[in-house]
Amino acid sequence: MSTFKLTYKPFGESAILIEWPQIISIDILDDIRNFSFVINKLDLKYILEINFVYSSLLIIYKSNKIKYADLNKKLQFIYNEKSVKKNNFKKTIWEIPVCYDIEFGIDLPFLSLQKKISIEEIISTHSSSYYTVFGVGFLPGFLYLGGLSKKLHFKRRDTPRLKVPKGAVAIGGNQTGIYPKISPGGWHIIGETPISIFDIKNKKPCLIIPGDKVKFYPISKQEFKSLELQIEAGMYRLKSVGK
Amino acid sequence: MIKVIQAGLYTSIQDIGRFGYRNIGVPTSGTMDSISANFANALLNNNSNDAVLEITMLGPKLEFTTPTVIIITGAEMSSKLNNISITNYKKYSIKKGDILSFGELKKGLRCYLAVKGGFKTSKVLKSRSFYNGITSKDSFKKHDIILYDSYADDINTFNSAIKNTTLFFETKVLEVYKGPDFNLFTLEEQQKICSNKYTVSNLMNRMGYRIKETIIKHNKSILTSPVLPGTVQLTPSGQLIILMKDAQTTGGYPRILQLTEKSIAILAQKKEGDTFNFLLI
Repeated sequence: MSTFKLTYKPFGESAILIEWPQIISIDILDDIRNFSFVINKLDLKYILEINFVYSSLLIIYKSNKIKYADLNKKLQFIYNEKSVKKNNFKKTIWEIPVCYDIEFGIDLPFLSLQKKISIEEIISTHSSSYYTVFGVGFLPGFLYLGGLSKKLHFKRRDTPRLKVPKGAVAIGGNQTGIYPKISPGGWHIIGETPISIFDIKNKKPCLIIPGDKVKFYPISKQEFKSLELQIEAGMYRLKSVGK
Repeated sequence: MIKVIQAGLYTSIQDIGRFGYRNIGVPTSGTMDSISANFANALLNNNSNDAVLEITMLGPKLEFTTPTVIIITGAEMSSKLNNISITNYKKYSIKKGDILSFGELKKGLRCYLAVKGGFKTSKVLKSRSFYNGITSKDSFKKHDIILYDSYADDINTFNSAIKNTTLFFETKVLEVYKGPDFNLFTLEEQQKICSNKYTVSNLMNRMGYRIKETIIKHNKSILTSPVLPGTVQLTPSGQLIILMKDAQTTGGYPRILQLTEKSIAILAQKKEGDTFNFLLI
């Protein structure tokens, strides 16, 4: 199983942070998922929860049950010694409608000016890629999507906005994502989706999981309004293709 | 149950928090000052995970419709039972129709009201802690009701208040660990971060506290990685954001320090203009 050189760091009183090489890579993502899967399967009673995003894995443990040094040693042993077959995870592709009208995509003119490409090109580039879900975090249902075209990379705002609307589709650094609820945020907003990525009313509040893929498709303001009505009436189901 | 006559500034149900859902981005939540909340539950012989009412800055006015025993811990907010002043850290028997109200904030920012057996609002994802988008509300409004199991026991005759001349949260020192990204900064910068004096800004809530001072402007960006309640982030504009219980589960600003649970509780009792410094442990 051991493929990468990992760094183990204490994170406060009762958490350990494990870092893979800090790059966006599907190989790393698969390796983290595998490691996380193996740890979960061992059902270690002193582990409270595990989550990962991109190239980092966080393990929160009960510090009254195990010491940091012992847990660190144990995790290194598991990663280096345990031979585990690679899992073939199902990779669903989710199709997400986005209205890129500048009424929603308030930062499109700014990005267009800064990146010296037209708004139309930003939209066509953003909606033609398949994005890999590298983690769910930041907020309930916030998907970290990898695979943003280099043409659209742009550094985060120096000071985050205090209020970004629910459904806002945005770009931050080399990442793109959807804000699942009203929240503060430091990314540049390029559009908005009417669908809810996270809905507590559902048995599974978040359908999209790490390893899945996401594809955006542009819709008009009229289509946005009609989808909103369908969603309100409970008639809309998120579309997915392939396994 | 309790009828909310006035809601106060921000009054919510909290327990020890929501664990096991960080992988779909659900924050821990739970009591901001877990030390005071635990104290309240312990003094009532409740379970440590029983839900309490977290009351922020400006307290509510509440009417009890069934008997119970209550205790208030944490911030001193001039609480009154049927218009007669009552003391924190002391148990009071409650009868049907009793009115609990709050007045001037004297010490701290958040107080905890516990009832015998804990509040029985519904659990969502295994916790009663309010969090916008998970529970149906994030704070109480006028006319809301708050459920608990009635409990009849006259305890007033044999209990006296614990004398708290100095409360644990009055210290200005927050004990911290080095964060995972502390070493991205030079020795000189690290020393500046650790020795500076900080002031709480007006941008502070259950998600985080933004700090007034600008210390080190930088352009160090990290690949988004997990964060925790108590994580101290340094934004490129040079300001600290200290994440609190409702904070996001991941972030992209360098994580320079990490507060202990006790330091989170101390900071939770600080308000705009209060100052503090860090002590690296």
